[in-house]
Amino acid sequence: MNMMSESAVEKALDQKMSDASHKMIGKDVSVYYGEKRALFDVNLNVRENTVTALIGPSGCGKSTFLRCLNRMNDTIENCRVTGKITLDADDIYDQNIDVVELRARVGMVFQKPNPFPKTIYENISYGPRIHGLSKNKADMDQIVEASLQRAGLWGEVKDRLHESGTGLSGGQQQRLCIARAIAVSPEVILMDEPCSALDPIATAKVEELIHELRANYTIVIVTHSMQQAARVSQRTAMFHLGQLVEENDTDKMFTNPDDQRTQDYIMGRFG
Amino acid sequence: MNTSLILLILAIIGIAGYVTGARHAMALAGGISSKLHSRPGYYGSFVAVWAILPAAVILFVWLVASPMYISSSVRGAFPEEVKTQSQAEQGLSYGMITSIARGMNALTGDEIARVENNPVELRTALGAKGVPLAGDPQPFMVKAAADLNRMTFVSRILMTIVVLGASIGGAFVAYRQIAPRFRARNRVEKVILGSLVVASSIAILTTVGIVASMLTEAAHFFTAIPAWEFFFGTVWDPRFAAAGSGGSEGQFGLIPLLLGTLYIGFVAMLFAVPIGLFSAIYMSEYASPKVRAVAKPLLEVLAGIPTIVYGFFALTTVGPFLRDISSQLNGLVTGDYANFIQAQSVLTAGFVMGIMLIPYVSSLSDDIITAVPRALRDGSLGLGATRSETIKKVVLPAALPGIVGALLMTASRAVGETMIVVLAAGVAARLQINPFEPMTTVTVKIVNQLTGDLEFTSPQTLVAFALGITLFAITLCLNIYALYIVRKYREQYE
Repeated sequence: MNMMSESAVEKALDQKMSDASHKMIGKDVSVYYGEKRALFDVNLNVRENTVTALIGPSGCGKSTFLRCLNRMNDTIENCRVTGKITLDADDIYDQNIDVVELRARVGMVFQKPNPFPKTIYENISYGPRIHGLSKNKADMDQIVEASLQRAGLWGEVKDRLHESGTGLSGGQQQRLCIARAIAVSPEVILMDEPCSALDPIATAKVEELIHELRANYTIVIVTHSMQQAARVSQRTAMFHLGQLVEENDTDKMFTNPDDQRTQDYIMGRFG
Repeated sequence: MNTSLILLILAIIGIAGYVTGARHAMALAGGISSKLHSRPGYYGSFVAVWAILPAAVILFVWLVASPMYISSSVRGAFPEEVKTQSQAEQGLSYGMITSIARGMNALTGDEIARVENNPVELRTALGAKGVPLAGDPQPFMVKAAADLNRMTFVSRILMTIVVLGASIGGAFVAYRQIAPRFRARNRVEKVILGSLVVASSIAILTTVGIVASMLTEAAHFFTAIPAWEFFFGTVWDPRFAAAGSGGSEGQFGLIPLLLGTLYIGFVAMLFAVPIGLFSAIYMSEYASPKVRAVAKPLLEVLAGIPTIVYGFFALTTVGPFLRDISSQLNGLVTGDYANFIQAQSVLTAGFVMGIMLIPYVSSLSDDIITAVPRALRDGSLGLGATRSETIKKVVLPAALPGIVGALLMTASRAVGETMIVVLAAGVAARLQINPFEPMTTVTVKIVNQLTGDLEFTSPQTLVAFALGITLFAITLCLNIYALYIVRKYREQYE
């Protein structure tokens, strides 16, 4: 792919993005951990085929909001979510929604690489197998290869698919986890500080991957790194003390934010 | 002065040493404790350690050595005709001398003068003071007893002087060493380190001692009975015949006992593993914190019940119940109301032992399952797996090595269990495979061979040590293997 066509693709994507419907819509989302309120009436929409970055100082609620999007907060004791979140117009907190099905559509990559203590192949095939996405072994091989290809890991691991996934380096493990999430063909991928445990080279590879994944998936990423948010995202949302401060195009956010607090945070005056 | 009084004085000197040491250090530093190398308390402790430790060691050695010395010199003074007697008889004489010596301490000087040369009267006089004698004392005994008392008295006085001298001297030497830059903290910590080392060596040496004593006794056994007859013999019939009567050596086949042990242990694990494991999964994965806080301690109460109580339970409840239900079943099917399960059987013992083992399985497995990182669960749930799929396909496989280790440790408990088997499976050493019949285990036979009036030289009793060492080897191997697995499992996440 040469420079010309790449920028053409970018352009096409940006075009698509601006027309795009909102993939997920959060309306008046509040989260309580027991008595403590962690999120205050957040209204945030996630656009299709867009990388949305959530930034803000520690404890501002950005990870909490992220975890609302595929109901991972359900696994935490005493956690209560109010408000409404929709995925393609379906209320994900509706009684009729199967949380298992939701998580298959909204995949998640965690802060620390967490490959299962199984082989690389089994790590990838785990999701498709429980959702019955493959008809036979050849089919599964194909899914595994495609997922690893997309995660840019195929070349590095194709000769040792049946070795343990925990034996890979940190960066490879994180890309394995991304491949694992891709393997169930989700529509949205949530990433919770996916690079915080990685060195700069591995980080660069994962960022490049995020950039490529944008063509097929809607991505929401929590990050502590301003540079990372600026590099990988098209939309940025700034959280502070459990409130959404500002949501804007990334370019605008980093050059001319509307809110003073965003300005201060980006300039490194607090946080 | 008696020993406890000496110890009390040592403690007082120690405390006084602590206080003066700490004060002295502060005084040397001009009241500014930051000028000292160590906190004042360390200087105090340093003096206290020097006051107590050497003196206590001397006291201990003296208490051990002085009776030995006195005894040998009293025995050395026995008349010639007594010295020619056997060791046992000399021992009896010496025993009587110590009794007389003890009794004479209770008599007044006048009484002693009156009875000294009249053995019979001496006996009654001592009897009146509550010191009965086994026989009429001989004249040399009275003299020896007086010697004994004199030597003991001298030894006491010397000991008191030496020990208290060592204590005060030690305190003084330590006190003189105190200086602002003196590293009292390091010295005191070395003493603490030393005491930790001593404590752990005692534990290790005890193990070595137990193994060594078992090995020597077992070696005696194997000189009487060939090892292959013991390890490969299929008949257990030790025959408690009179020692020395020919042809009644008995047969000491390990196989029936070993099979009984493994069989009962296997049945026990058959009950304990599924129930324990399932309850562990419920406790660690599904139970809410409230349920867990109540249910887990309740489950662990089972582990605190003495095994003999499980034995009662087996003997009075489970055994008869199984017997009756088997006779009812038999009656329903064939019309013949004969029971096919004995009250004492492999099944009864295995079942009750299984109940005993449940808390071990569940508690150990629960810890191991809980130790599986939350990140793995999140990873699986985040892919849209249900909780049950996550447990089956991610959590349990990750925890499996640890669980296997836990099960092996549980198995070694099952192998070592005695009381339940005695009461629930009987003592008949039989080689058979019907779980409804009685069988017995290695531990039960050890108890059997060592209870009663037996001489410790016949193979009938010595076999207990051979059995013990065999059992020890089995459980040791199980435990080492379990530890190896558990350690390997830990490395996976570190």
